[in-house]
Amino acid sequence: MDMNQYLDMFIEESKEHLQAINENLLALEQSPQSLDIVNVVFRSAHTLKGMAATMGFEKMTHLTHEMENGLDLMRNGILAVSGDVMDVLFSCVDILEGQLNQIIEAGNDSASDIEVTVDKLKALVTGKPASSSVSDEEVSGIEVTEDGLIFNEYESTILRQSQESGFSAYKIMVTLNEKCIMRAARAYMVFDAYERTGEIIKSDPSVEDLEEEKFEKDFMIVLVTKKDQETVRSIGMNVSEVADVIVTQVKVEQQPEPVKTSKVEVAASAPSVAPAVSSKAAAPVVDLKAQAAAQDQKKMQIGKSVRVDIDRLDVLINLFSELVIDRTRLEQIAKDIGNGDLIETVEHMSRISTDLQNLVMTIRMVPVDTVFNRFPRMIRDLARELGKKVDFVIRGQDTELDRTVIDEIGDPLVHLLRNSIDHGLELPAARRANGKNETGRVELVAFQSGNHVFIEITDDGNGIDRDGVLKKAIDKGLVDPSSADSMPDMQVFDLLFHSGFSTAEKISDISGRGVGLDVVKTKIESLGGRVVVQSTPGQGTKFSIQLPLTLSIIQAMLVQIADEKYAIPLSSIIETAIIKKSDIKRVHRQDVIDFRGKVVPLLDLENTFSVPRDEENRQDEVNVVIVRKGEKMAALSVDFFIGQQEVVLKSLGKYLTGTVFAISGATILGDGQVALIMDCNALIQ
Amino acid sequence: MLERKDIVEEIKVIVFSLVDEEYGVEVAQVRSIEKMQNITRVPRTPDFVIGVINLRGVVTPVIDLKTRFSLGQADYTESTRIIIVAVEDMEVGLIVDAANDVIDIPINSIEQPPAVVGGIKASYLRGVAKLDGRLLVMLNLDKVLSNEEIQAMSAMER
Repeated sequence: MDMNQYLDMFIEESKEHLQAINENLLALEQSPQSLDIVNVVFRSAHTLKGMAATMGFEKMTHLTHEMENGLDLMRNGILAVSGDVMDVLFSCVDILEGQLNQIIEAGNDSASDIEVTVDKLKALVTGKPASSSVSDEEVSGIEVTEDGLIFNEYESTILRQSQESGFSAYKIMVTLNEKCIMRAARAYMVFDAYERTGEIIKSDPSVEDLEEEKFEKDFMIVLVTKKDQETVRSIGMNVSEVADVIVTQVKVEQQPEPVKTSKVEVAASAPSVAPAVSSKAAAPVVDLKAQAAAQDQKKMQIGKSVRVDIDRLDVLINLFSELVIDRTRLEQIAKDIGNGDLIETVEHMSRISTDLQNLVMTIRMVPVDTVFNRFPRMIRDLARELGKKVDFVIRGQDTELDRTVIDEIGDPLVHLLRNSIDHGLELPAARRANGKNETGRVELVAFQSGNHVFIEITDDGNGIDRDGVLKKAIDKGLVDPSSADSMPDMQVFDLLFHSGFSTAEKISDISGRGVGLDVVKTKIESLGGRVVVQSTPGQGTKFSIQLPLTLSIIQAMLVQIADEKYAIPLSSIIETAIIKKSDIKRVHRQDVIDFRGKVVPLLDLENTFSVPRDEENRQDEVNVVIVRKGEKMAALSVDFFIGQQEVVLKSLGKYLTGTVFAISGATILGDGQVALIMDCNALIQ
Repeated sequence: MLERKDIVEEIKVIVFSLVDEEYGVEVAQVRSIEKMQNITRVPRTPDFVIGVINLRGVVTPVIDLKTRFSLGQADYTESTRIIIVAVEDMEVGLIVDAANDVIDIPINSIEQPPAVVGGIKASYLRGVAKLDGRLLVMLNLDKVLSNEEIQAMSAMER
């Protein structure tokens, strides 16, 4: 069978499972006792194994199988959730991600080396738990019933609960026929039959061993069901090649478990419950509880969804704008004819298409969660690596941004987060010395306000050293020493984004701060956004990013020059003004105007764009649009301001892209005409 | 080896006219044929780039083939058409005097272009097809649509 057609599906689903494992492992680290989480991880790993095996990716299958073994021990309470165990599991996820990338690029998973990790996993599985403090207390969680069955804490809890709610538990001994050839298959059929009547909570040998036929001719399962003993027996006997089934009732004492002792917790190094007190804990702690809770909540809300190719959406949006143009024409025709029925129908159609337009535009919106969800893991690793304690909080992950922006924003955020952890937060000891909580706090917050989305990264670290930054800037010749003292803080911190800072050869406290930040700024500005820094010495730093909701719709001012219409992006406009021709001065053969005390060059767009004009323009006043590029300004002269409106950004077509001076794209106006969008950055030299 | 004559492969061609000559482009490269419509001028482009049109929501550049081939000034009439052609993923509209016909021509009827044809650079031509006394100039769209000239011009601007 040709598996290639399933490859895309396999890749997408594997990505989802790996992300799920990653998130759940992080959650598990926070609540090591939670067997539910272990079960979820186990299921994901199991599914991955099945999928990889079906697709013939052997190494992936092998690794997930070993993971499963380890997780199985964990959910049976034999292996404790410790830092070492978590490290191995995380490294498994990393390798699996690597293998998946390999599959995406090369179509196979053969080149990845998994032996070291598999060995580590095997060491865990073969009864040598990494932490020695497990044994004694661990055993007390295991319960032995009168007929010699051994249950761990999890299983006995289930047994007790099911008995309380009127279910019976049976121990079922199944003996297969002597001549049975495919014993694993028979065992599977028995399992299958019983799973339809109740829940199998234990088997001996384990399911994995049964699957691999590691048993002679009989095996035991424990089933929780509402059926009576005789029915249970007959279900088993109905499976062919089963020689005998012996069913006995399992009794568990009704007395509730004594006060919950933290059996598993002991092995886990310093859970976040009391991070401030634990002095021995060298391991960093990342608190993700709030986030985990939020995610649980979100999972409840997720509905069914369909993956859509973004190109198809573009086609849909194009077709839709056609419809909107026809609508405008219809409205005009209906008005001219004056037929009541027609007018009514057209109005109804207009309303529907307006709703539809809003809907189509929101389809491209994606929650920022798709970017944010990879950060907790990154922060955990970073904190461990640097020996810092971080309390990482994410809020507003359901804020939505256009898909194109989402794809681009990941890297700058990684950069800023690393910066906050690496340079912003102090080491635990230093924090203690400063009277702060040992665990630093980093917040990643997203929210929407008007036509923008804000993403803020806040840390409660040491803040930025204003004098240090200034000194460096003066050394580099970026700032005049005489004016340095009077510079506002905001402007000083903005120097960090200067490319000169990023090439700092020596990593000192503040040069480290600036590494690569210029790249961050360039990227964000290319998305039409802005980034600012605020910082208070000793209290922390906040990076605030402002992004447009979407790249495909911008606010623009429509202007007219002779018979031609142009759109100027509102983001580059400072204001509009009307000036007298007599106020235009000449400086070095360049027209200039006096704008609020500043000399601003005046660009005659009619000349710049060689706009044809039938009769001479005899107005003695000029309409100007003052635009900016960074600190520089320019005034553009136009005939009329048509007004401000939202326009859908379109490319000029591949034939012209990148070759037209001062035009960044085009848009289609309500009457179906194309208007060009000016690139003010190119107009200002 | 088989003689070329033995396999008569045919291609479907759209025939259009410029001034008094007939030209052909392969149907496979044609997306649609549009009537003349409002065109938005794009400043600072070569004179054969007439501008852009709204082609069902996609902004598409339009060039005037007559100007492109230096066959004189464009004069738009009722029969003027815009032929939307696609080369690779680039779509461009070509303004022609009229789009006349769709015909099948055998590939082996296409001959090398003569050294000089009406002043058009030979590299724009794929060949000339002879059909019952009609001469059909087959265009090499890759060359016609190479935007070297635009590139060169915008390089001069900077």
